[in-house]
Amino acid sequence: MSAHPAPREAAVPAALTPTEVERLRADFPVLAQRIHGHPLVYLDNGASAHRPTSVLDAERRYAEQMHSNVHRGVHTLSQRATDAFEGARERVRRFLNARSTKEIVFTRGTTESINLVAQAWGGANLRAGDEVVISWLEHHANIVPWQMACDRAGARLRVVPIDRRGELDLEAYRSMLGERTKLVAISHVSNALGTVNPVREIVAAAHARGIPVLLDGAQAVPHVRIDVQALDCDFYAFSGHKLYGPTGIGVLYGRESILEKTPPWQGGGDMILTVSFERTTYNQLPWKFEAGTPNMTGAVGLAAALDYVDGIGLERIAAWEHELLEHATAKLLAVPGLTIVGTAREKASLVSFVIDGVHPHDLGTILDQSGIAIRTGHHCAMPVMEFFDVPATARASFAFYNTKAEIDRLAAALHDARAMFA
Amino acid sequence: MDLKDLYRDVILDHNKRPRNFGALAPPAHPARGHNPLCGDQLTVYVELDGDVIRDVRFEGKGCAISVASASLMTEAVKGRRRADVATLFQHVHDLLTLQEAPVADDLGKLAALQGVREFPARVKCASLCWHTLNAALDGAAAPVSTE
Repeated sequence: MSAHPAPREAAVPAALTPTEVERLRADFPVLAQRIHGHPLVYLDNGASAHRPTSVLDAERRYAEQMHSNVHRGVHTLSQRATDAFEGARERVRRFLNARSTKEIVFTRGTTESINLVAQAWGGANLRAGDEVVISWLEHHANIVPWQMACDRAGARLRVVPIDRRGELDLEAYRSMLGERTKLVAISHVSNALGTVNPVREIVAAAHARGIPVLLDGAQAVPHVRIDVQALDCDFYAFSGHKLYGPTGIGVLYGRESILEKTPPWQGGGDMILTVSFERTTYNQLPWKFEAGTPNMTGAVGLAAALDYVDGIGLERIAAWEHELLEHATAKLLAVPGLTIVGTAREKASLVSFVIDGVHPHDLGTILDQSGIAIRTGHHCAMPVMEFFDVPATARASFAFYNTKAEIDRLAAALHDARAMFA
Repeated sequence: MDLKDLYRDVILDHNKRPRNFGALAPPAHPARGHNPLCGDQLTVYVELDGDVIRDVRFEGKGCAISVASASLMTEAVKGRRRADVATLFQHVHDLLTLQEAPVADDLGKLAALQGVREFPARVKCASLCWHTLNAALDGAAAPVSTE
């Protein structure tokens, strides 16, 4: 049925070459600047990646030639805006290989996607004594919405433990699934450690017991080809801005049969068919979950970002990023006193680390003075920090536009920082 | 802007060898401070003799700016009257936040924190210990937060 490319394991794609990477960097005007007198080295892509010119152009073209409100007027601009917005939805459907655009809900981002499921689906399905299973690796966005939903319902949150490598304990996971389990909500890729979770096994184990699964894909979509039919997950959430698209736009994929039975969560325009003071009938999928004027500019920009990424090839991107990860791991381990936090066997292209005697916050400031942008802090994953008994880590997260020379600059700056605090 | 403006030798020294580090037993008042943004946590203990700080110590974890600031603070306030400490805090606050502020005469070694004002993201690191000291002085048991 699917016209999708073969899964990644079926072929070994060639990584981008350094020459290609140099050429692609020219698509990102933001990269060509100096910070504190040094060429910018942007290694905070896990927090937010940059937009190529084609995305910026698409947003501008939409604003200059197509904008009005969607699904409303009969005039030409309203029709153009609607076509652009719904065209973007179809583009997302193709990217995820979903069966239908009814399964593609636009949101503000991953956080809102998860909150939608927690509030709308959770509100209708969670009862006292029920359990929701998450993991120790989760970003706060996949913890707090479930705490709130569980508190309201009198349900209980169960947490799958991790080991010292930062890998999930699958035995413990399987033993947690039971009669009371109503949902499993797990990250596809950990934002703090880079662990790629075995999501197919996770989904299969839950489905064997008839339990639906939500995957938080915020950190996965830039690095892994997503096929929601092959994954067989019930919900998949991601954000545009980690995938070289705009902020303020994200996606919730939901299996049609589940979304159909889920009540709306926000009320307003666009999500209704008819309204009277006695009774309101709700719109069809996916608009039932999109109250109010949506972020059309963002959706158009996201579609352009998907075109851009697919134009390069996610498989080739992933192969290059893997080279960057291996290069960075070797270079960083050569820094005296440096410990990498998160050493899963399957990792996305990020390195979380701490250095003896140098607090991550100081590292962040010192690196910035050399034009190097990394993230320091708890990465919105405080339980992960607590597990590894660190107050914070420094995290370098790579995109395909990063080079090995940039990683060498990071390593050199880390040597200098260590010397300064010696 | 030079990194050495921020990480002056005094700062690096007090980070590496913090003074007055450790707990004080009751009747000293403890207060806990927490900067959730970066995970800095510290506890400041004060023992008053009437209106005078007889002893002050701190313990905790944090970045170099927060540890050095707390260490310098304990040296500066020990033996001082509460009213003088309030004035000193105001001068430190101005030092950390006002671009044009002259360095007040009573700051002494605390003037080494002057570079922090060039790094707005780090001001809270340097001020956390002072907010915590105030809480300890007020005898407040609840943790204070920079948020």
